[in-house]
Amino acid sequence: MTNEPSAHRLTVLGAGVMGASITTTALGHGVPVHLVDTDPQRLAEVGAVVEHQLRFARMMGSLPAGRETAALTTSTKPDTAFGPTVLVEAIVEDAGRKADVLAEVCGTLPPDTPIVTNTSSIPVDELAGAVDDPARLIGVHFMNPPYLIPFVEVIRGPRTAGRTLDAVTSMLAVLGRDAVVVRDSPGFVTSRLLHPMLNDAARLLGEGVASAEQVDTLMQGCLGHRTGPLRTADLIGLDNLADSLRILAERTGIDSHRPCRTLLEKVRNGDLGRKSGRGFYEYGEAQP
Amino acid sequence: MTISSTGGTASTQVDETIREFLETRLKIDVRPDLDLFASGTASSMFAMELVVHLEQKFGIAIVGPDLVMDNFRTIESMSAMVHRLRDDPDA
Repeated sequence: MTNEPSAHRLTVLGAGVMGASITTTALGHGVPVHLVDTDPQRLAEVGAVVEHQLRFARMMGSLPAGRETAALTTSTKPDTAFGPTVLVEAIVEDAGRKADVLAEVCGTLPPDTPIVTNTSSIPVDELAGAVDDPARLIGVHFMNPPYLIPFVEVIRGPRTAGRTLDAVTSMLAVLGRDAVVVRDSPGFVTSRLLHPMLNDAARLLGEGVASAEQVDTLMQGCLGHRTGPLRTADLIGLDNLADSLRILAERTGIDSHRPCRTLLEKVRNGDLGRKSGRGFYEYGEAQP
Repeated sequence: MTISSTGGTASTQVDETIREFLETRLKIDVRPDLDLFASGTASSMFAMELVVHLEQKFGIAIVGPDLVMDNFRTIESMSAMVHRLRDDPDA
């Protein structure tokens, strides 16, 4: 049994929406995190963001009772002395930048430490080429907010080793997440199905067929979608969604997957969803 | 003890402040006893916005056993909590 919280320690690269909320999930389950971001300004703010999310997670009853919240350390460069059991990469959804960061970080880790990419769309094997040992790279697609969503999509690339899958599944069990393991493919299952739907929801809005509220109400009320596509898009972050759709279009050759004009306009105007305070909906101010 | 919109000046102001915020953000009329979450009017993500808003607006800290969904379901329940945490004499 390796499910004692203290058995795992995570280094998380990238303190954006996903990096911060993955950190919250780990800390709330008693797993210490070393959070790395090149932007010192973001690191100065992220402690308060994580604290806010921990309160929310506790309020929703989604953290295990009686498990002490673990400690967070932050840095602009990975601290090799931290000794993570797993490293999680959660930087911007850009294949080139992910490959660069992965190539650089693998040299700072012992050869058997698994590396997780939290990509939502890039095939894991495409990134595996950047890692010294492709067998130690695996995809774990956490959904936002990960501390409230009990399932994660795990992507086993063609070169991912069984020991990597085992170690990462054990880490996810400590975090209280259930894993569904799928084969490698652009967008895997969830993004391949969800992101084109969100793109089409934005298209409907742009064509004036329905308001954002109407689109979401129909999908929620008639079709049982929990959040509604446009609220979900705001939660993902519209810049990230556009990046992911571009990757999906390029890798599948399906042109309609390209981010639609309505979505791109929002991104151009800086309306990125909850994180900027406005997307398809108004949030008053940026939401942590 | 119940606090209604007719239950005194302090409670009316608190109720009113909360109602205004809800109506601005949710774009619907909100009755004092409407369960925002059971009715599907608001998502659970919105509950945390309410926590932050109430803390800032009324200068209170909502912690420990108070930090539960049930305190944020209706204008009435939020108002009662605000009065209790502010230690208002009529609460």
